[in-house]
Amino acid sequence: MRLNYHAISAIYRFEMARMRRTLFQSIATPVISTSLYFIVFGSAIGSRIAEIDGVSYGSFIVPGLIMLMLLTESISNASFGIHMPRFTGTIFELLSAPVSFVEVVTGYVGAAATKSMILGAIILATASLFVDISIAHPFWMLLFLVLISVSFSLFGFILGIWADGWEKLQIVPALIITPLAFLGGSFYSISMLPPTWQTVTLFNPVVYLISGFRWSFYENADVSVALSLSMTCIFLFICLVVVWWIFRTGYKLRT
Amino acid sequence: MQAIIRIENLSKSYADGFQALKNIDLDVFPGEIFALLGPNGAGKTTLINIVCGIVNPGSGRITVDGHDVVRDFRHTRSMIGLVPQELSTDMFETVWSTVSFSRGLFGYRASPQHIERLLRSLSLWDKKDNKIMTLSGGMKRRVLIAKALAHEPRILFLDEPTAGVDVELRKDMWKIVRDLRESGVTIILTTHYIEEAEQMADRVGVINHGEIIRVQEKHELMRELGRKQLVLHLHEPLARVPASLESFELELAASGARLVYTYETRAARTGITALLTELSEAGIRFHDVDTNESSLEEIFVGLVRQEASPDGRTGAGPTQ
Repeated sequence: MRLNYHAISAIYRFEMARMRRTLFQSIATPVISTSLYFIVFGSAIGSRIAEIDGVSYGSFIVPGLIMLMLLTESISNASFGIHMPRFTGTIFELLSAPVSFVEVVTGYVGAAATKSMILGAIILATASLFVDISIAHPFWMLLFLVLISVSFSLFGFILGIWADGWEKLQIVPALIITPLAFLGGSFYSISMLPPTWQTVTLFNPVVYLISGFRWSFYENADVSVALSLSMTCIFLFICLVVVWWIFRTGYKLRT
Repeated sequence: MQAIIRIENLSKSYADGFQALKNIDLDVFPGEIFALLGPNGAGKTTLINIVCGIVNPGSGRITVDGHDVVRDFRHTRSMIGLVPQELSTDMFETVWSTVSFSRGLFGYRASPQHIERLLRSLSLWDKKDNKIMTLSGGMKRRVLIAKALAHEPRILFLDEPTAGVDVELRKDMWKIVRDLRESGVTIILTTHYIEEAEQMADRVGVINHGEIIRVQEKHELMRELGRKQLVLHLHEPLARVPASLESFELELAASGARLVYTYETRAARTGITALLTELSEAGIRFHDVDTNESSLEEIFVGLVRQEASPDGRTGAGPTQ
């Protein structure tokens, strides 16, 4: 298959240009909210919590905070990117262009994931101003960062096609992803929970993402790293299949 | 001549059971301006959208330049530019960036020279750095044309290009379309303004209730279905047409002050000489004479009515 590289580049640059236009809200908002988390959880509450597995509480929550932002921003960026042309009607151009789902997804999801990773790096830098951070396995940290950004950008892309309006677009991140991230060990180790709740928590897929990502920093994990990586890859694969099906059938895109 | 677009036995039904297109067969030839006319909901936009890939086709086959639009979509879509009916634009983008985006999307390397030439030809050069949201409706329409032409297509679909555009701008658009045809672009045009088709089209297709009811060269269509009328302005109004003139099927207009004779332009004998002789013999005098010819609009209305009426009667006579 001959790919339309110019189309991938055009979509990617178009989406990144939108980030530059809204630079303040794209960067300042997550940086400010992350700083607030550090002040509230890291300083106010963290000073009363002992070290977790040899890591200070402030440092412990950094991977979870990055993951929380990564999930919500990836979904938000990708869903907005594809929902906007549907809303304005400019989607006709995308549908009539000589592009397959590969080019469209690479352009939109690539841009959304890039934005999330840039924000992840900014939050990591912001966090380092508050606490000491060490990265034990930089390669695995980057791999988790890329895989999770891409997976959740794909999920956001699906959401942007499924949603009929802006309200639906907000519901999934606000009512599903954020609670799952909060309850998935962003701010604690699941070993701190009673045994019954530990078992219940294992049904939360975000646990595996946060655990694997935190392991790449401090070599502490709630579940095995192989399981974390497998769960991430399975989620990525499911999202890819759904996107392929959407373009094959034209679900909510072509009548 | 080999058709550049060939539509064979195309049908399309929606999930709710509505059949938008029924067994459409249509050829469009390179370099022509083809006007697709039809009332609202006739299936014009559905047909265009299927060719362009926006709507999934039902049964049937469409080829562009000999390539199937589903199997070889990359080839066919790269040949086509589409100006949609709605003014759908990226309102926060500048004219330059949105036109450049379109070129890239269709698989072409950036060409500032081509974009500049295009924007100048559409009188958009002065607005190149303006955000689209600041432009007037007419300018936005030009931007859509520029986007459709950014990848130098060989076929251009114009879906109601002058809807909501003032008369002056409409004439500018007509000039743009003619210039494009001169440069070798095949143009398929849908419009509600029949005058537009009359001015520009080489061939006309009439679609109604999802069926193509006529495809013909415009002048031939007007010659075949067109009627002429001879209007006699009488000295003395008549209460009714005299019995001796019944064979001419005359009509009285303007409270009996005008006598209207409708005849076919293609007929070998129009009957005008015989009518004037009979009028003279009946002692009916007139002080002025007009002739009117059917417009394409009247022919179109007649065709659509003919299809709708159970007895198949046409009504393509010129208006008074």
